Amino acid sequence: MWTRTNVLGLLAFVALEIAAPALPAWLVSLATIAFANALVVLGLVILWRAGLVPFGQALFYATGAYAVALLGRYTGIRDVFLLLAIAAVASGCVAFLVGFLLARYREIFFAMLSLALSMILYGVLVKTETLGSTDGFHVEAATFFGHTPQEGGRELAMFWLVVAISALAAFLVSLYFRTVAGALAVPVRDNEIRIEFLGLSVDRLIHFKLVLAGTLAGVGGALAAFSVGHVDPNMSYWTTSGGFVFVTILAGAGSVAAAFVASFLFELIRSIAVDILPGTWQIFLGSVLLLTILFLPEGLGSLATRFKRRGQAKAP
Amino acid sequence: MTTSTILSVRDLEKTFGSLVAARDITVSVPAEQTVGVIGANGAGKTTFINMITGHLKPSRGSIWFEDREITGMPSREITRLGISRSFQVAQIFPSLTVFENLCAAAAIARGSKGLLGQLTTPIRLPAAVAEANAALELFQIDHFRDTLASTLPQGVRKLLDIGMAVVGWPRLLLLDEPTSGISIEEKIDLMNVVMSALKSRKITVLFVEHDMEIVARFADRVLAFYDGTVIADGTPQETLGNPQVQELISGSRLAPGAVGSTAHA
Repeated sequence: MWTRTNVLGLLAFVALEIAAPALPAWLVSLATIAFANALVVLGLVILWRAGLVPFGQALFYATGAYAVALLGRYTGIRDVFLLLAIAAVASGCVAFLVGFLLARYREIFFAMLSLALSMILYGVLVKTETLGSTDGFHVEAATFFGHTPQEGGRELAMFWLVVAISALAAFLVSLYFRTVAGALAVPVRDNEIRIEFLGLSVDRLIHFKLVLAGTLAGVGGALAAFSVGHVDPNMSYWTTSGGFVFVTILAGAGSVAAAFVASFLFELIRSIAVDILPGTWQIFLGSVLLLTILFLPEGLGSLATRFKRRGQAKAP
Repeated sequence: MTTSTILSVRDLEKTFGSLVAARDITVSVPAEQTVGVIGANGAGKTTFINMITGHLKPSRGSIWFEDREITGMPSREITRLGISRSFQVAQIFPSLTVFENLCAAAAIARGSKGLLGQLTTPIRLPAAVAEANAALELFQIDHFRDTLASTLPQGVRKLLDIGMAVVGWPRLLLLDEPTSGISIEEKIDLMNVVMSALKSRKITVLFVEHDMEIVARFADRVLAFYDGTVIADGTPQETLGNPQVQELISGSRLAPGAVGSTAHA
C-alpha cells in the first residue's frame, strides 16, 4: 500500500491540488485536458502491456464525451459526478460489447478492427442531425454538489476534479497490475498457449482489459467535454486515436505515472509548437515522436528505472 | 502405493476427414505409474495426448479422469481438474525471469478461475512465491532464478516448462517429448531430475519419448503406438522386446534381452 511510488504519487496529487489557484489560467486548462487525455493513455498502457495497440480508442473517448453532452442537452441531469458515472458505464458497456469481437484478434488485425469500429461511430456522428452533425454541440455547464461555479472558478473546479480522478485511476490501475488479471499482460504477449494450459482464458483476460481501457477512455472523454465545453465528431476520428497512441509511445508501458507526465508534455509541446510554427507544427511533433522511438524506445517511464539501475550499480 | 485407476480411456478414435489419426485406443493407468509412450512420427502419440488434455475433441470413445468423464471438455477445465502437460517445444514466458515464470504459473493455478478471483489474487501471492521457490529447488534450477527465460539453455528451458506444469499440483502429467532438442549426454541427467521430482510429488506420468534407452530406464510401463493405435502395452521389457515393436518402431538393431541395459535405438 505505502510503496515509494504510491507515496510520491500522493504527494504529487496533493501538491497539484494545493498549487492550482496559484497557477496561470492557460496552464490550468492545458493540464486539465492533458490529464483527461492521460486517462485514455492509461487504458492504452493496460492494452499495450499485453501487446495490443488499438488505433480506435477514440470510439470510447467520444462515447464518454457525447454521453455527457447529450444528457446535458436532452435531460436535466447536471451533476458532474452522476454525469461522469453515466459516461463511464456507457463507454464500459460499448467496450464490453465490441470486446466480444475485438478480444479474438491480435496485432494488426486488432489495431485495424478497433480503428474501423471508431470510424463507424464517426460516420454516424457526422451524418446524424440530432447528434449535432459535423459541428457537434455545446456542453452544458455541470454542477458540483448542486453548486454551479462561476466564470474562472469553473476551470479551477474542473482541474481539481480531473486531478482527483487521475490520482484515483492511477492508484487503482497500479493495484490492478499487481493482481493475477493485471500482471498477466506480458505473459499474454509472450505465450497464450501456456496461459490456456494453466487454466485461464486469454480472450477473457483481454476482454476485461478492453472494458477497463474503454471505461477509462470514456471518463477521459467526458472530462475533456466538460473542460472544452463542446463536443464534435473529431473526438472519434482516427487522428484522435493516433494522438493517444503517440502519447503512449512517449510514455512507455512501464509506468503508470509516465502516462500523465507524457500527456502533459505532449499538450505542452503541441501548444508551444502551434505558437511558434503555426503552419508546420506537425513537423515538430513528428520529430519528437521520431526522437522518442530512436533514443527512448521504452518511453519516459524507462528514465526512472534507468536512474534507479544506475543508482544501484554505484551502490556497493 | 495406491492401485486406483487415475486415467481410463475407452475405444478412443480421432479422425480428420478421411484420415484416421487414432483408433481403438483402450488404456487404463493406475495412480503413480510412469508410462512411456513410443511410436514413429505420425503414429498418433501426440493426438492421444492432445485428446486427454482437451486440445482435440475425440471423434468417438470416452476418457475418464479419476471418477469423472472428461471427454471433449475444454483444456482449461481439464487443467483445473488436475491434468497438466508440458510441450515438445517449451512453452514459457520469455520476457520474464525463471522465478517470475514459476510465480505467475503458481498464482494462476492457486487463484480462482473467475474474474473476481483473478482481480483479488495478487500475482506475488505468498503461497505462490513459496511454491515457485519450491519448484526452483525441486527441478534444481535455483541458480537460474533471476535469469531471463529467453536466454536460458535448452535443458533449463525444458525443466522450467515442466516446472510450470507442476506448480499447480497436478495428479496426472503428460510430457510431450521431454528430451527433444537435448543433447544425448544431457538427456539422462535431465530425466533423472524430472522423474525424481515427479515421484516425490506422487504424480502419475505419461511421457512421449523417442529414445528407447530412456524409455527402458524411466518407464514402469510402455505403450507402443503404430498407425493410430496401441500395438503393444506392457513392462518395458515386454513392449520393447515385442518383435512387432522392434520391426515397426525401435528398429531391429535392438536385440531381445538387451533392453534395459545398454540398448540404444
